[in-house]
Amino acid sequence: MSREILQVSGLSMRFGGLLAVNGVGLTVKEKQVVALIGPNGAGKTTVFNCLTGFYRPSGGTILLDGEPIQGLAGHQIARKGVVRTFQNVRLFKEMTALENLLIAQHRHLNTNFFAGLFKTPGFRRSEKEAMERAQYWLDKVNLTEFANRTAGTLAYGQQRRLEIARCMMTRPRIIMLDEPAAGLNPKETEDLKALIAYLRESHNVTVLLIEHDMKLVMSISDHIVVINQGTPLAHGTPQEIRDNPEVIKAYLGEA
Amino acid sequence: MNKNLKPAFFSALLVWAVAFPVLGLKLSIDGISLVVHSQGSFTISIIAVCSVLMFLRVLFDRQWSSVMGRRSDRKLIPPALSNYLTLPKTQRWVILGLVVVALIWPFFGSRGAVDIATLILIYVLLGLGLNIVVGLAGLLDLGYVGFYAVGAYSYAMLSHYLGWSFWVCLPIAGLMAATFGFLLGFPVLRLRGDYLAIVTLGFGEIIRLFLRNLTDWTGGPNGISNIPKPEFFGLTFERRAAEGMQTFHEYFGLPYNSINKVIFLYLVALLLALLALFVINRLLRMPIGRAWEALREDEIACRALGLNPTVIKLSAFTLGACFAGFAGSFFAARQGLVTPESFTFIESAIILAIVVLGGMGSQLGVILAAIVMILLPELMREFSEYRMLMFGALMVLMMIWRPQGLLPMQRPHMELRR
Repeated sequence: MSREILQVSGLSMRFGGLLAVNGVGLTVKEKQVVALIGPNGAGKTTVFNCLTGFYRPSGGTILLDGEPIQGLAGHQIARKGVVRTFQNVRLFKEMTALENLLIAQHRHLNTNFFAGLFKTPGFRRSEKEAMERAQYWLDKVNLTEFANRTAGTLAYGQQRRLEIARCMMTRPRIIMLDEPAAGLNPKETEDLKALIAYLRESHNVTVLLIEHDMKLVMSISDHIVVINQGTPLAHGTPQEIRDNPEVIKAYLGEA
Repeated sequence: MNKNLKPAFFSALLVWAVAFPVLGLKLSIDGISLVVHSQGSFTISIIAVCSVLMFLRVLFDRQWSSVMGRRSDRKLIPPALSNYLTLPKTQRWVILGLVVVALIWPFFGSRGAVDIATLILIYVLLGLGLNIVVGLAGLLDLGYVGFYAVGAYSYAMLSHYLGWSFWVCLPIAGLMAATFGFLLGFPVLRLRGDYLAIVTLGFGEIIRLFLRNLTDWTGGPNGISNIPKPEFFGLTFERRAAEGMQTFHEYFGLPYNSINKVIFLYLVALLLALLALFVINRLLRMPIGRAWEALREDEIACRALGLNPTVIKLSAFTLGACFAGFAGSFFAARQGLVTPESFTFIESAIILAIVVLGGMGSQLGVILAAIVMILLPELMREFSEYRMLMFGALMVLMMIWRPQGLLPMQRPHMELRR
């Protein structure tokens, strides 16, 4: 298939005496949807935090397109095209949906102080383009009618969609979704599935996700990695994972 | 009711404990020794009445609050009006009105009034600058006066040693203060909340002590005096011009009047304040203004989106310091004298009080609060030693009735037009 965009090997994260992640390896190919699953407390979110620079991993390498990114600060990794959503939605609640999307475009905008002060044509153009992009994505996630509402007043499912749209505004290569379907109803989960497929097909985005909804995971993932107690347990296609007795044991306990 | 008896007694006692030493006793000098007198039976009886009232108030606390509770359902200002007043559009018109008034009235006002108005404008400028840091970016800066001092000393020293004029030094002073803000901001801005406040407080004091002890350059505690006033396109406002200069009144063929100078200073201050208003108004609608807001709300989300928190905070800190630099150099020019004692912590506290009192993030609020904070102590001069007490009481009442500040502003939202 296509080339490998993200290669993680031997990733470990230690908090004092606790080894939260131990030797996790992960290979993500371009335009793949890869799911990271495991029981609660397995260290999935810790892996995400290491990949996105929120934690500095204690060991291991992370290669993005062959370039090591472990140890870089969060915003630097985001600028390389790896953005994420959060398990508990982190929108700017006091700002409108539209403004949330404008913030995410910050580094693509004309931030020259004097250009903004005197509203130069270049500044106006850049603001207008940002508006149009925001509008496009609001439309894609069905939030156009809520554009001017403050994000905190939106319904939970809408907030989740807005967060994904906000990630897309940064023009990412890899988007990492931390439990995107948590708290969504079946209809919204279906919409999410369609949205993820759309991101991949039309915007060439690679998707890495943590999810507990097995139906969703099995139906959209190309590849699944299972983690248990910080250590990698299994990886393979959905079918392989489904039939793996180790995985079943980790999830259901021993018979 | 019995439950309230003990606190009621305690409160009555507290009234005595607080009021008697402050109001009931009087010190006078008899020869070389201090003698304590009682203030007379009238004052004592007032304190007694107050303590009884306090006793009853606490004793019947529940009845009292139920009566007050019913009354306070009716708001002081109806919510619709309150909402209307906090809209950015309304406030812009009010500010415009204020500017027109501010441009016209000094020509009819008294000399003293114009002088106080100039002082108010300095604090408006400082308040607007600090508002960027505290109100918009959410960084609690208790050492703001340090940058004010840097601005003041920049102009004082440049004019003292090099003889440069005010208009040349003004941008330099702003740049100097901004540079200091930038340099201090680097190590400081990785801290958050309380820690940031304490470190900035320390930096403010360090700058002051530094200026105080750099005796060879800054004149130490004596400061620098004889700082020239600003000129109007090379025309001075003094009675007699220096060699090779011309005075304002000679050039325009007017009789000499010292009020011209005061009005001119006022207009310069107004110009600076208007500049600050314009810049901040634009900033609110620029990407950087939005980024400040976002950073205040959720720093982690900002980082996840590729915004560099340090750069964004640093820009707020630097810009705020720059305005303090402008204010400082104007202050030096107006005063004609700078000493380290003008830049103590209490100044920082006053500026911060202006920002908080006005309502975080609101420019009109800052203007009103600056007027209140500077004008009230002036107006209450006749109450002599009690004026600080009244001032404190006013602040407490403010916080009870309008904890959100005098006039907070809703942020101008970007709207999607359909």
